[in-house]
Amino acid sequence: MTLELSHLNRRFAEYQALDDVSLDIAPGEFLALLGPSGSGKTTLLRILAGLDYPDTGSVLKDGKDFLATTARERNIGMVFQHYALFRHLTVLENIAFGLRVRPWRKRPSRAVIRERVERLLKRVQLDDHARRYPSQLSGGQRQRVALARALAVEPDILLLDEPFGALDAQVRVTLRRWLRELHEELGLTTVFVTHDQEEALELADRVAVMNNGRVEQVGSPEVIYQQPATPFVCEFIGKVNRFTVRRNGSALAAGGWMPQDDPWQGKYTEAVAYVRPEQLRLAVPTSQPAWETRLRHIYLAGSVAHLELHVGSLDQTLEADVASEDLSRLGLHPGMEMRVAPRGAVLFPRNDQGVTINHERWIWHARSPVPA
Amino acid sequence: MSRHVRSRTASWPRRIGHVALLLFALAFLLAFLVAPLATVFAEAFREGLAPYLAAIRQPEARSAIGLTLLVAAIAVPLNVVFGVAAAWAMTRFEFRGKTLLGALIDLPFSVSPVISGLVYVLLFGSHGWFGPWLDAHDVKVIYAVPGLVLATIFITLPFVARELIPLMEAQGSEEEEAARVLGASGWQMFFRVTLPNIRWALLYGVLLCNARAMGEFGAVSVVSGHIRGLTTTMPLEVEMRYNEYDYVGAFAVASLLALLALLTLAVKTLLEWRYGDEIAAHAPGGH
Repeated sequence: MTLELSHLNRRFAEYQALDDVSLDIAPGEFLALLGPSGSGKTTLLRILAGLDYPDTGSVLKDGKDFLATTARERNIGMVFQHYALFRHLTVLENIAFGLRVRPWRKRPSRAVIRERVERLLKRVQLDDHARRYPSQLSGGQRQRVALARALAVEPDILLLDEPFGALDAQVRVTLRRWLRELHEELGLTTVFVTHDQEEALELADRVAVMNNGRVEQVGSPEVIYQQPATPFVCEFIGKVNRFTVRRNGSALAAGGWMPQDDPWQGKYTEAVAYVRPEQLRLAVPTSQPAWETRLRHIYLAGSVAHLELHVGSLDQTLEADVASEDLSRLGLHPGMEMRVAPRGAVLFPRNDQGVTINHERWIWHARSPVPA
Repeated sequence: MSRHVRSRTASWPRRIGHVALLLFALAFLLAFLVAPLATVFAEAFREGLAPYLAAIRQPEARSAIGLTLLVAAIAVPLNVVFGVAAAWAMTRFEFRGKTLLGALIDLPFSVSPVISGLVYVLLFGSHGWFGPWLDAHDVKVIYAVPGLVLATIFITLPFVARELIPLMEAQGSEEEEAARVLGASGWQMFFRVTLPNIRWALLYGVLLCNARAMGEFGAVSVVSGHIRGLTTTMPLEVEMRYNEYDYVGAFAVASLLALLALLTLAVKTLLEWRYGDEIAAHAPGGH
């Protein structure tokens, strides 16, 4: 069961929700649609569910027109952001709903429905809550009922709209792992929408990063994190330091640091560079180009410590992450001077108008492998 | 318990203030609501039970009761269908002129009932726009039952829709969308999800609509023509008897109307009491 989305456009009165979106969804994969609010990810999900239609573009399922089928024919399970449980029905009736509304020829017998609902209740660990109403359940329980209800129709595709959005942090992490296990067990094609990059990277096989109705990049979490395709992806995923690199005579440089190379061979005079906090190397020997920095603050956040480093030559503050246990090993204390250089960076050249040229991206690595 | 706490914390002057306010409210209710209502029954039974029963057993009274029930039986279901459809359109779709539709639904509230009646006379009366055509086809609207039904529908049109719109607005369409995705047809979605979610508001609307349909005087008076035994509803019968100095008769019929109002109130209270938890659970936010 392959879904091919091509050139989807959807315009609402004030804004373009989808702008020429093309995407393939492979059978059995766990795909995350990741983006800030208003990026079009929910619109995309609703189009797959049959609750909305694109103005132009097509969706093919195994080569057949998917948009021509109605919501009820699509065999989709969907978990809504606020779960949308039927408030007048018990947990049991909620889960059985999708089976009970089937035309009688396709409807399983009462016994079969009962048996399947009970199996699902067990699976979502709510067997002793069958007679409760949604208002009597906690957020995490409601979420599981919503999931069981979606699974009861034995869907081909499972769609989840911000499935963990309304839960508190602890429940969220538990449910996340549980959902991932469930996915592996059932082998269902799953598409989920989230604005939480950590969630997307942890759960999904592939992540589609969306912004302003466009798909900025599609790839494995590793690729999205290590090789971001656009400045937006760099800034949206994880934490990142941004600074400008300029051509000074023949070499590109930023402050005291230089990449010592130029893949663009002098075509551009300026580029924007992104360096992740864990990619900053501290205490660089004077033989190598680096920034002279002053350590302003140390924020200890459990296993990781965030360092706030002021780079005089860039007139900018950068953030570096080190393992907490390294703080004393390196003798770090606020106010100290330190030479700092990136171990790796992602650079996008800028043209004369200051617009970044995304397809000329350069992923730079320090030449010699540097000990941490 | 709360009273106990309050009495401990409130100072004397404030307590006197509380009591005075309560007494005032009670006196006001007595003077303007309970006393008139009691008068209706007192007047009706002034000469005893036998004249009372005789008064409501007269054929005119019986026909008035029958006609009132008939008009309500036609107007209320029609307004239920309209009210649900209008509330659905108002809360589930975005369209041009939505504000206008909202204003139109409220129109019968803001227009004097007499004018509502006159409008139908102007439209369907013998000198009205469609009058000659209707005459030619021997269809009677004004001074006949259809006119009474039309005027009543007009007057009671906002009740159901106005009860439903705020509730459906607050509930949103997510549950309906969930039903669609789960494979429900349009009708299944409506009867299994929408209707159960709005049933209490709908029932309130029906009760209010019914009370008004049976009690309406102004609009109905204009289109009725006051033909005894044919086009007089209960409120009109009350007025006619009163004008004829038949006080017992007038108040006897009036007492039936009052009884109806009390019954409506009782049913409403009973529902709130019996299903209070459920109503609260279905209220927006009580998810």
